[in-house]
Amino acid sequence: MTVPTPFEVTRNGSRLVARGDLLIDAVVALDRPSLVDQARGASVIDISGVTRIDTAGAWLLVDLQLQSAAEGGALTLEGANEVEAQLIETVRLGMPPETVDVVQVRSLGDVLENLGRKVVRGARKAIELISFLGQVVSTLAGTVIHPRRLRMTSLVHHCQEVGLNAVPIVALMAFLIGVVLAFQGAAQLRQFGAEVFVVDLIAISVLRELGILLTAIIVAGRSGSAFTAAIGSMKMREEIDAMRTIGLDPVTILVVPRVLALMLMLPALGFIADIAGLVGGAVMSWIELGVSPAVFQSRLVSNTDVWHFGVGMIKAPFFALIIGIIGCFEGLKVGGDAESLGRLTSTSVVLSIFLVIVADAMFSIFFAIVGV
Amino acid sequence: MTVSAIEDIIRVRGLVTRFGTHTVHDGLDLDVRRGEIIGVVGGSGTGKSVLLRAIVGLLKPDAGKIEVFGKSVRDTSDDDYRNMRRRWGVMFQDGALFSSLTVQQNVEAPMREQLQMDAELRAVLAGIKVHMVGLPEDALSKHPAELSGGMRKRAGFARAIALDPEIVFLDEPTAGLDPIGAAAFDILIKQLQAALGLTVFLVTHDLDSLYAICDRVAVLADKRVLAVGTLEDMLAVDHPWVQEYFHGPRARAAQTTAGGH
Repeated sequence: MTVPTPFEVTRNGSRLVARGDLLIDAVVALDRPSLVDQARGASVIDISGVTRIDTAGAWLLVDLQLQSAAEGGALTLEGANEVEAQLIETVRLGMPPETVDVVQVRSLGDVLENLGRKVVRGARKAIELISFLGQVVSTLAGTVIHPRRLRMTSLVHHCQEVGLNAVPIVALMAFLIGVVLAFQGAAQLRQFGAEVFVVDLIAISVLRELGILLTAIIVAGRSGSAFTAAIGSMKMREEIDAMRTIGLDPVTILVVPRVLALMLMLPALGFIADIAGLVGGAVMSWIELGVSPAVFQSRLVSNTDVWHFGVGMIKAPFFALIIGIIGCFEGLKVGGDAESLGRLTSTSVVLSIFLVIVADAMFSIFFAIVGV
Repeated sequence: MTVSAIEDIIRVRGLVTRFGTHTVHDGLDLDVRRGEIIGVVGGSGTGKSVLLRAIVGLLKPDAGKIEVFGKSVRDTSDDDYRNMRRRWGVMFQDGALFSSLTVQQNVEAPMREQLQMDAELRAVLAGIKVHMVGLPEDALSKHPAELSGGMRKRAGFARAIALDPEIVFLDEPTAGLDPIGAAAFDILIKQLQAALGLTVFLVTHDLDSLYAICDRVAVLADKRVLAVGTLEDMLAVDHPWVQEYFHGPRARAAQTTAGGH
């Protein structure tokens, strides 16, 4: 290993004499403006004393020459051996042209243009999403007519993934929601001596809204993101293209089993969430208000219309469709780079949760008009 | 920089690597001399890339000793290893560029990590490196996804030589390139090796590369380095795989092309 010798430049009349290792560290450490001052007016730079030189060092020399030329001088290099000369020539050819910084001014027109582009992009995405929905629905209908096209193994696998494996987290979440509702409801209703109405409060809010909505949100975070990531990484590695070339339809093979599994499993998960929520509410009512489980049950049965449960369950497959379609759609949009995978996975979750809540609001209006 | 005596810049002794029960290397020895271009060849699955990964410390060998610049790669302090990484550059298959960064930012990445230098100098040096590997000026601001396979390899090479390393490890640099692009890449490696005084560790399948630029060839077979030497030496090695490799029709074609220069 050669011992590093420090780089130094001395001025000797019109000659600059450089010595030592002209490596990248030296170039970084060097006070370049003062070197330029030192070189002003010199006509020769002698590098025969330079022991080692790299690209950065070669750049420094070429840059010195260029600066000197810009001031009307001429700095010639002396003492370079063959290898050094070759390197310096290579660097000279690679010198970037003088760049002029273009200052960008954002005018009102630019802002408007940006807005317009965003609107068009959003509209285009909406159209794409709807056409994808149509494609999936028509393929689903096709599998009803030709049941053999359905990939049973894949369907069962996804049912387990999105359904069975999600049971613990969904049940726990719903149980805690029931507990919270009972606790908060009791605190408010006690002021009116109407503690017993806490049963109605829990039953209606859990069965009608919260059970299925929160389940859908958990499933969107859990399975919607998994759909995007799985399909997206397949897209990145050209597996989707490979499928197409051998005549396999990605929608039939990847999308339909996932969407169908979600549509079958989300009502089941919603049902489990309803039960767990009611149990949580009943437990908390018993502890906090002394409403015994028997009273809770009889009030639940006599006072709560079964349609509350029905409304919740009707919404489930629609939420499932939204989550499944968006998860798969975003997955298929992943491009060649890793960053788009991450970005689209988070888009998928945010968008599906947002659309689930929008759909929930629509359903509320619809059921209010219908009168259940 | 003068090469007074032949110095072994990489020294591998008794390397054993296993994946589960599958042994990839069993007592592998290899020396790489300073300033040479060594081509590492072998059939698929003989552990060429694994050897490369072991040498640069990405993979822990099960036994054996690997020394680079006379220091062990594995049993070394973080500072030494950091210092070592500054003195080598690795180009992976298909470039392994960071997809969220532009080509310029990719080439600047090692400079940014290893040295305290101002942005202007970094940009200039990155521009020179990108020009040196033969990429056009407008490639600097592009993202890897916008580049062709060959351009990604060149950009990966530019990143590997960003800090003027003493050794560059190249994993199949010409695989997947068209013959013209591959030949140009060979010439590029040779030129930069001469200009920067590089030692090149070249994992390859490409017989043309071997004939065009390699000083020595190491053949991996039977879990170790079967033979090391010049191409003439290889022709004399009495091993069925080596015989078939260097005497096959493609080898003869490559030899004729190289001889015609």
